[in-house]
Amino acid sequence: MPPKRPKSRGSSGTSKNKGKDNAKIPAPDEGAPESGHPEYIFPLVLTSATQELFGCRADEDVTGENPYKLLKKEDMIQDMKTRAAVSDFSPVKQTVLEYPEDELLLVFDRDFTYGQGFYLVLTVEAKENMLKSPVQGDDEELMEDEEVEEEEEEDMIVPRTPEPHLWVSLGSEQEVEDESVTESRPRLRCKISPVMRLCGAPVCFSDRSAVDGKEPECPSYEDKSFSIRRMERHTAVQASGDTRHSSTQTLWKFPKNMWTQYKPREFSPEEKEDQLRSEHLKNFLTSVLMRFEISLQQNLIMDVFSDDWAGLSEEDLSAGRAEAQLKEYQSFMDLHFSREKSISQLHWHPTISGVIAVAMMERLSIEERIDNSTKLLLNPSYILFWSFTDPINPQLQLECPEDVLCFQFCPSDPNIIVGGCFNGQVVLWDISAHVERLQDTRSGSEHISNKPDQNNAIPVVRYCAVSGIENGHKAQITDIQWLPETFEVSRLGIPVENPSRLSVQMVTCAPDCCLLFWDLRPPRVVSQSLTDVKQKSEDKPLENPHGVPNTFKHLNLTWKPFIRVSLPKIVSSGEYSPLKFSFRDNTVDYVTADKLPQEAEREEGCGFAQLRVPSAKQQKPLENICTKLYVGTEDGEVVYTDWKMEKDNDSGRLFSAKPTHQFSSHHSLVNTVSRSPFFKDIILTVASYSFAIWKEGVMSGPILMSTCSKVMSTVGHWSLSRPAVFFIGKEDGNVEIWDLLQNTREPSQTQNISTASITCIKTSSSSGKHHLLAVSDHIGTLHILQIPWTLRKSSSNERQNVRKYFEKEEERLEYFEKRQEKQKKEMEAQQLRKKTEPVVPLKQDEELEAEALKGYEQFLALEKVILKNMGLLTETEDQSDL
Amino acid sequence: MSGLKFAEVEDTLKRIQGYNGVIGTIVVNGEGIPIRTTLDNSTTVQYVGLLHQLILKARSTVRDIDPQNDLTFLRIRSKKHEIIVAPDKEFLMIVIQNPAE
Repeated sequence: MPPKRPKSRGSSGTSKNKGKDNAKIPAPDEGAPESGHPEYIFPLVLTSATQELFGCRADEDVTGENPYKLLKKEDMIQDMKTRAAVSDFSPVKQTVLEYPEDELLLVFDRDFTYGQGFYLVLTVEAKENMLKSPVQGDDEELMEDEEVEEEEEEDMIVPRTPEPHLWVSLGSEQEVEDESVTESRPRLRCKISPVMRLCGAPVCFSDRSAVDGKEPECPSYEDKSFSIRRMERHTAVQASGDTRHSSTQTLWKFPKNMWTQYKPREFSPEEKEDQLRSEHLKNFLTSVLMRFEISLQQNLIMDVFSDDWAGLSEEDLSAGRAEAQLKEYQSFMDLHFSREKSISQLHWHPTISGVIAVAMMERLSIEERIDNSTKLLLNPSYILFWSFTDPINPQLQLECPEDVLCFQFCPSDPNIIVGGCFNGQVVLWDISAHVERLQDTRSGSEHISNKPDQNNAIPVVRYCAVSGIENGHKAQITDIQWLPETFEVSRLGIPVENPSRLSVQMVTCAPDCCLLFWDLRPPRVVSQSLTDVKQKSEDKPLENPHGVPNTFKHLNLTWKPFIRVSLPKIVSSGEYSPLKFSFRDNTVDYVTADKLPQEAEREEGCGFAQLRVPSAKQQKPLENICTKLYVGTEDGEVVYTDWKMEKDNDSGRLFSAKPTHQFSSHHSLVNTVSRSPFFKDIILTVASYSFAIWKEGVMSGPILMSTCSKVMSTVGHWSLSRPAVFFIGKEDGNVEIWDLLQNTREPSQTQNISTASITCIKTSSSSGKHHLLAVSDHIGTLHILQIPWTLRKSSSNERQNVRKYFEKEEERLEYFEKRQEKQKKEMEAQQLRKKTEPVVPLKQDEELEAEALKGYEQFLALEKVILKNMGLLTETEDQSDL
Repeated sequence: MSGLKFAEVEDTLKRIQGYNGVIGTIVVNGEGIPIRTTLDNSTTVQYVGLLHQLILKARSTVRDIDPQNDLTFLRIRSKKHEIIVAPDKEFLMIVIQNPAE
C-alpha cells in the first residue's frame, strides 16, 4: 500500500539512523523514485512574496541543512483571506483550517523531491516525525558525512554480519491482517427439516433417462441485484489474412471461319511518272544495271544447272547398240484351230495385259471357197484369245458366222467386240461372262487346277448380234473402227455431242465402194419394238441358246447402218473401193459440267441396251470435229473425203459429196492407213510396194514417199513409244524397222520372223514391264517379240526432231510446188510471147518510102539552118543544093 | 531536264527487257508498290508481294550474320525461270528470265 511504504521507509530510515553505524542513511530523497507523493506531504510553490512574508526565503531563511520552518496557522489563514485565490496556500486551505495545531511545518525541498520547491506537512504525526528526525538527522548528517568517509575507508575491512534487532512494527502487519480471513461474526446455524407428516410417507420413485435431457437443472442466471463486471478476460485471438474472392473465365476457342480481303496498293499513273523521273531511280538503275547484265548474260551463255550426267545417258543409247534385235518371247499356235488357217488380224486386249485376240481365216481364194463351201460350213472360224500363261490352249473362242477379216474392241467397254465378216456382215460379241477367266489366267496355274472341267473345254462364245445380210456390205469388210466416245454422229453425218460417253458407233468399209456407219443402240423410230425389247428383256432373261447375253438382242438380224457414205470418183465416173480408212481421233472438251454423265450410267454391257438414239433436235452439234477421212483404196489411191452427208435439194435424198482430194501415189492396193500415235495429222499408208507418209492439210502430196521395194509389204504399224519408228511387215516374213531420224531410204533393221508372209503387227500398249510386239503370219502362228531398249526408249528430243523433220518435208513440198508453179508460169509466159510476135502488123513499102523521104527532108532543113547560123552558107549554094 | 532523265531511265529498262529470254521487268519502290512493269497487273502484284518479303528476310539474314554486310543481289533459279532481284535502299528491281534451253 503505497502511502504507507514511504512512511515505513521513512520510519525504517529513522530506525536505521538510530541503529547508527554503517547503514547509509536514506535521506527523504529516497521517496523520490515513487511517482506520487505521500498524503501528508503537499508540494507547494511559494512565490518570493510569500517567502518574504513568512520568512522562508529560499536559501536564506531555509536552507538545505535547515529546511524546516514552522508556520503559524493563523498567518496562513490570514494570507488566504487577503489574497484569496492568488494565495499560494489556497490548495491546502481546507487542510489548514482543519489542522489541529497552531503550527504547520513547511519544508524547503531543495532537491525538488516532490516536484516543487516547498512542501507542507499536513499531519501532526508526520511533522513530529520530521522534526525529530531532522534534529537527530542534522547531527547525524554530520556524522553521516564522517561515517561515509569512514565507511569508504572501512570498505576494505571485512563486513560484519549485522546483529539481529528486535522487530519493530511499522505497520506491515496491517496488510497481513487485511489479507487473512477472520471471522467477523459468529457463524449462523440453520436447520432445515421437512414437515413431520411427510416423513415416513410412501414415496414413489420413477425412472427418467438422462437422454431426454430433462434433468433437474439448476441453471445459472444473472442476479439482478448486483452486477459484476468482469475486468479481466482471457481471449484468444488469431490473425488471418484477408480473404479474397476472385473468378476467372476461360475463352472457349473454337474454329471459326474467317476471311479477309485485301487489295494491293498501287500508284496512280501520275505518281508513277513522278517516281520514274526522280533522281534516285536513275541512280539506282545505273548502279544496278551492271549486275543484271552480268547475270542475264551468264544465263544466256550457259545453263549452269543442267544435269550433264543425265543428258549423257540418252545420247549414249541413240548411238546404236548391238542388242537391237527383236527377241522372240513366245509364240502361239493352236493345233486344232489354226491348221491351214491364217491370222487376219490381231489385237491386244486393251485392259487385261497378256491377252491377245486373234482372228483366224481360211487361206483360200474365192474360188476355192466356193468349191469347199460345205467343208467350210462344218468348220467354223473363230477368234481366239491367247494368254501368256498358257501357250498351248487358247483361253476363249469367239464363234463367228463367217471368216472375220477385221475386228475391234470397244474402247469404252473391252467386253464388246465387233468384227467384220467375209460376207459383209457385222458381228458383235459380248464376253463379259468370261472376262474373269481371262483375268484369272494371269494368276497362274492355281485357278486352273481348281477348275479342271473348264480346263479341257475352252469356252465358246457365240456372237450376240449380227447384222442383216441385205443391210450390210456387199463385199468383205476390210476395216472396222469405233468412233471415239467423245462424240457421235447424227443421221446427217454431223458430229454431235455424246451424252453417254460410250462408244456406240462404228464405221466399216468394204471394197463395195462405200463406208457404213453403224449404231449399237436400237433405233428410235419404231416405238413398238422398243416396248417389245423392254418386255423381252424383263420377262425372259434367258432367251438365247448357248448362253448368249442379251446385250444386243435388239440388233440381231435387223441391224442396219444409219449412214452410207459412198465414194464417187472425182474426175471420172465410178467409185473408189476402199480397203482401209482412218479418221482423226477428235477429242472434245465439254465445258458445262452438268453434261457429264454420272458414273452409275457407265455400266458394262447392259448400258448399251438401255441407250437410245436421241432425237435429232436434242443433239447438239459439235464444231471442232474434223469429219474428214483418209481412205486407202484397192487401186492404190489415197482419197481424202468428208463423211458428212449433203442433202440433194431436188430429191431430198442424202448423198455424199465427192471426195476433195485423191492421190494416186501408190500403184498397188493400200493395205494400211494408220495415224501416228504422237502426231494427230501424220498418216502412214502402206501399199504393196511402197509406203507414204501424209500430213493432213498438205494436199499437194505425201511429205514422204518411199522407194519401191522389191518385196511386197503387207502391213505397217507405228511404234507406240518412239515417234520416228514404224514397222513394216513383208511377204517373205521379214519385219522391217524404219527409223525416220536415221534413214528414210531404207529400213534401219530387218528381221526375219517367220517363213510365211506377215499379216499383222501390233504393239502392246499396256504390257507393263515388257514392250512386246505381236506379229502374226499367214500360216496361223502368232509370234510375240520383245522390243529392245533402243526401239522402245525415245530420246527427249525425238518428238521435236520428228516434228521438225515433217515440217521440213512439208516446206520442201511447198517449195517444190512453188517452183512448179513458177515454172509453169514461165512456160506460159514464153508461149504467150511466142504467140504475140506474129501479131505485129507488117508495114507496107510505100509507107516506108514516104517515111524515108520525110526524114531526108527534115535532115536537109536542119543542115540548112546550121550552116546559116555558122555563116558558112551562101544563098546561091543553098539554092543549088536543093 | 527531267525529260532527259526519264529517257535515260526508259533506255535502261528497255535494254534489260531486250535481253534474250527476259520475260518481264518490274521496278518497285521501297514500300513494295510497283512503279514500272512490263507484265500484267495481277502477275506484277503477286510477284512484288512475294519477293518483297523474301528480300526483307534475306537481307535480315545477311545482316544478322554480319551487321556490316548487306544484300546486293538475289538470284532464284527454278525449273522454268530465273528470277533476279536487286535490292536497294529505296527501290527494288525484279527481272524474270527464261534461261538458255
